[in-house]
This record gives sequence, structure tokens and C-alpha cells, in this order.
Amino acid sequence: MRRRVFLIVGAVLVVLVLAIALVSLFWTPYPAADTTGGRLDGPSLHHLLGTDKLGRDLLTRLMIGARIALAVGAGAVALGAVVGGVAGLLAGFASRWVDDALAALLDILIAFPTLLLAMLVVAARGASLGSAIVAIGLAMSAIVARLTRILVKRVLAMDYVTAARTSGVSWPRIVTAHVLPNIWPTLAVNLALQFGLAVLAEASLSYLGLGPPPPNASWGRLLQEAQSTVLTAPVGAIAPGVLLVVLVVGVNLVADGLRDVADPTRRRQR
Amino acid sequence: MTRYLVRRAALLAGTLVLASVVLFLLLRLLPGDPANALLSVGATPDQVAAARHQIGTDRPLPAQFAHWIGQLATLHFGTSFVSSLPVGPEIVSRLSVTVPLTLAAFVLAVLVAVPVGFLAAHRSHTWYGALAGVVSQLGIAVPAFWLGLILVWVFALRLRALPAGGFPPDGWATPGDAVRALILPVVTVALVMSASLIRYVRSATLDVLGSDHLRTARALGSSFLGAMWRHGVRNASVPVVSVLGIELATTFLGAVVIESVFALPGLGSMLVRGIAQHDYPVIQGVLFVSTFAVLVVGFLSDVAQRLIDPRLRTSFGRRR
Repeated sequence: MRRRVFLIVGAVLVVLVLAIALVSLFWTPYPAADTTGGRLDGPSLHHLLGTDKLGRDLLTRLMIGARIALAVGAGAVALGAVVGGVAGLLAGFASRWVDDALAALLDILIAFPTLLLAMLVVAARGASLGSAIVAIGLAMSAIVARLTRILVKRVLAMDYVTAARTSGVSWPRIVTAHVLPNIWPTLAVNLALQFGLAVLAEASLSYLGLGPPPPNASWGRLLQEAQSTVLTAPVGAIAPGVLLVVLVVGVNLVADGLRDVADPTRRRQR
Repeated sequence: MTRYLVRRAALLAGTLVLASVVLFLLLRLLPGDPANALLSVGATPDQVAAARHQIGTDRPLPAQFAHWIGQLATLHFGTSFVSSLPVGPEIVSRLSVTVPLTLAAFVLAVLVAVPVGFLAAHRSHTWYGALAGVVSQLGIAVPAFWLGLILVWVFALRLRALPAGGFPPDGWATPGDAVRALILPVVTVALVMSASLIRYVRSATLDVLGSDHLRTARALGSSFLGAMWRHGVRNASVPVVSVLGIELATTFLGAVVIESVFALPGLGSMLVRGIAQHDYPVIQGVLFVSTFAVLVVGFLSDVAQRLIDPRLRTSFGRRR
């Protein structure tokens, strides 16, 4: 029951950020590149959250940042799920030798945090929204591939798969009838958690100056810009972080809730 | 156990060789000519060719690889394209910032996470048990650099208790300043790290608390703490130790962002600079040293798990 509450709270937080992002597509208090406000104004009726050091409206920039955070999260998870899922499936089915080599390769790739791999990709492609998505998605696919591989192997060791094989069921049919239905709940929960991690990774990339360039700046970049003026304009250094935490906590709560729905054996534990 | 150690060490060596191949190829696949790092805009083709010859990228890939492996075997990492200084000594000097930062944060995180995670599981029905769960749920969502920024704002800029960033230029020659420079970064990393550790400690403790053998021990008259010490701690620490290894490695490399929040001259900021300047020897050197550290930590964590859990010792088996 308590878990159900968490799931609802999580969904509300995610929908809140989603709504901000959707509204920003049609309306923002000021145009993105508008610099007519005063420098580092505090919150006022004209600028609800104040302005940054170039006179840009902070609320406007936060709303656009929500869009970017969600775009990177969704894009990276989609890419990671497809690339990692396919690689993991192939490794799970491959002969022992190929599988061992792939497993070792994945272990090495995973030894590097998402952020480092992403930095390498961004260094090669240049900083942009697309680069951030590709970079984080590819880094994530190693993690997804390793999980998929383990899950696939577990299913393939089951007696009913042996039974299906001996009765002449083809491999593609085994994948669609036995493997995918058994692995997707765990995979979906993990992808939800990865969404949160992708949002955090993008914020870190942007903080380092390797994210989407202005005026479509993400929350990470807003924080980096606000760092030097935190004493005079603290709202700018706090608000983007609060939104980041709201989104990631929301996604994590939804993932936890989904895990309980997907796996009834865990329900009685807490 | 000896047999296991030998085989695990062989696996470590094999992975390290594989890692050096992957690192080498990964960097060659990056677009952009490293020779550009040596040249000014509008260089003639002759100058470009000369620059390529100087750094060796005009040679075939296998020859470049052999050269690189040869350097590694003798613990040389080449010289930076940009500064023309040898990479090895710079890595060593930067390790003197990153290693203390990582280890101190790691120890602090464990000291915080183990009791808090235990309470969150054992006292989950009390308000402070529930609070511990909520705080760790929030904690894993907080970006480390934002926490660092807030801590700088409060403790460095408002209270003026600690430096906001930087590291004494003469490093550990002035130990007091060096320690003061590392306090805020260490606390930042430790808090972020303990948030996820708490979750693992909590779930491992829950598993043990619900186990039949602990209930049996209690039924046979053992006190709670006695049963926990004899039967609980060892069982709960196996999954936690495996996570500790991963966390330590992640923190070591994840120091990149924290080092730039606090303007620390560590390994992470060296890597960021190397990537920005396409400085291959720097990138390769830093990544190789990092990989080495990560793999050694993995090795130690595997061995520790086997020391703790005798069941794992019976067969080498496949990992996982």
C-alpha cells in the first residue's frame, strides 16, 4: 500500500515536469534569447524567479531546460534500449567463446562511468543536443546489454525452453514467445532508473560545458552559469537543481513502483 | 584459494591487455586529426606531414599500437602533444589529489551508510528509520556538482569557514592547506556516494533480518546483537562489498565533475583538458591508469567476497 503511494507521488512529479516542458513548446514568459530584463534581478512580478547575469528571464530558461532534460532522457533511453537490448540478446544466444569476449568487453566499458564515455563522444562530435543523446545513449547501452545478457541466459537455462527447442520451435519464436515476455519487466524497471541517470549525466555534461549550447541551455548549464553569482542571486543556483531532483526522484519512485507491479514476490517484503 | 587467486590474477592481466586494445582503438576512431593540436591555423601540407611524423600518426595502426604497448610495458606514457611535457609525472602529481579525495570520501561514505542503512532496515517502522529511507531516495537524485555548489555557497561564501576551491600550488608540502582544500569536495562526494550505499546496506540487512537462520539463532536463545554479529553481518556484507568495489571505481572516475566544481588539479580535470585539446597521450595515459585502478579494485572486491563467503570458494565457476 505504501508502495502504491510512492508510485502515485512519483507519477505526479514526472507529470509536473512533463507539463512544464509541454507548456514551454507553446508559451514561455519571454522569448528564449530575450535579454531585456535587469542583470541578476531578484524575483519580481515581471520576472517570477528573477533574471540571470545577461538579463534573461530565469523561469523561461528553466522551462526550456525541462524540455531538454526530458528529450535527453527519452532519447538516450530509446537508443540504449535498442542498441543494448539487441547486443545483450545476441550475446545471450552466442556461443560460449563469443559470449565470453562480449562479456569481458562490456565489463571494460562499464568500468567507465557513463559520463566519461559521453565526454569522449562529445569530444568527437562537438557539443549539441544530438551529441548528448548519442553519447549518453551509447554509454547506457553497455549497461543495458549486460543486464539483458544475464536475463536472457537465465531464461534460456529454463526447462521449458529446452522443451520448446526439442519440440522443434525456431529461435526467433523462442525469443518472442519465451525470452522477451520474461525479461521485459525487469528491463523496463531498469530503463526507468536509467532515464533518471541519463538526466543527471546530461546535467553534468552541460555543467562541464559539453551539453547543448545556449540559448537552449539545460539545467546543468544554468547551474554552471549561476555558480559565480550564487551570493547575489541564489535563486539561479537553487531552482534548476530543485527541478532536477524533482524529475529524478519522480522517475525513481515510478521505477520502484513498477518493480513491485512487475514482480509480485517482492510485495510482501516491505 | 591460492588456485583461485592465480586464476583471478590471470583474468585481471588478460582484461588489462584487452582494455589497452579497446582504449587504443576507441581513441583512433575519434574524428579530428591530433596533428592539429601542434599546428596553427593555415599550416602548409608540409607542416601537417611533419607534425604527423613527429607524433607518429603517419605510421600504420599496428606499428602505433606496438609503440604504445611498448611504452606501457616500461611505464612511459609518452609526452603531451600540447605542452611537450612527459605525461607520466603529471599523472602521478595529479593522483596525489584524486586518490586522497576518493579514498577519504569512500571511508566517510561507508562510515555514514552502514549504520544509517542498518537503521533504515531494522527500525523501518520508526520515524528516523523511514527518514533514512527518504533521505537516501532523495540523495541518489541529487547531482554531485549541485550539492557541491550549495556546500560552497553555505560553508565557503556565507560562513567563510573553508576555501571555495583550488589546491595549494605546492600541494602536500603545506598539509594544512591541502586538507582544508579537500574537506568540502570529500564531504560532497561522500554524501552522494552514501545515498546509494544506504540503499544497498538497507536491502542486504532486510534480506538477513528476514532469513530463517537468524530467526533460528534467536529462538535458540541468542541475543539480537549476538545473532546479528554471528550470522547477520557476514551474510549482509557479501552483496555490500561487491557494490563497494563498483562505487569506489565510479567515484574515482566520477571525480571529474567534482574536481571542476572545486577547481582541483586532479586526474579528472587533466582528462577534460586532454579531450578538449585532442591530446592523445594525455587521454590514453589517464584512461589507462584509471582502467588499471578500476580493474584492480574489482579484483580486490572479488577476493574479499570470497574471503567473507566460503560458499563462493568451492568452485571458481563463472562470475555471477
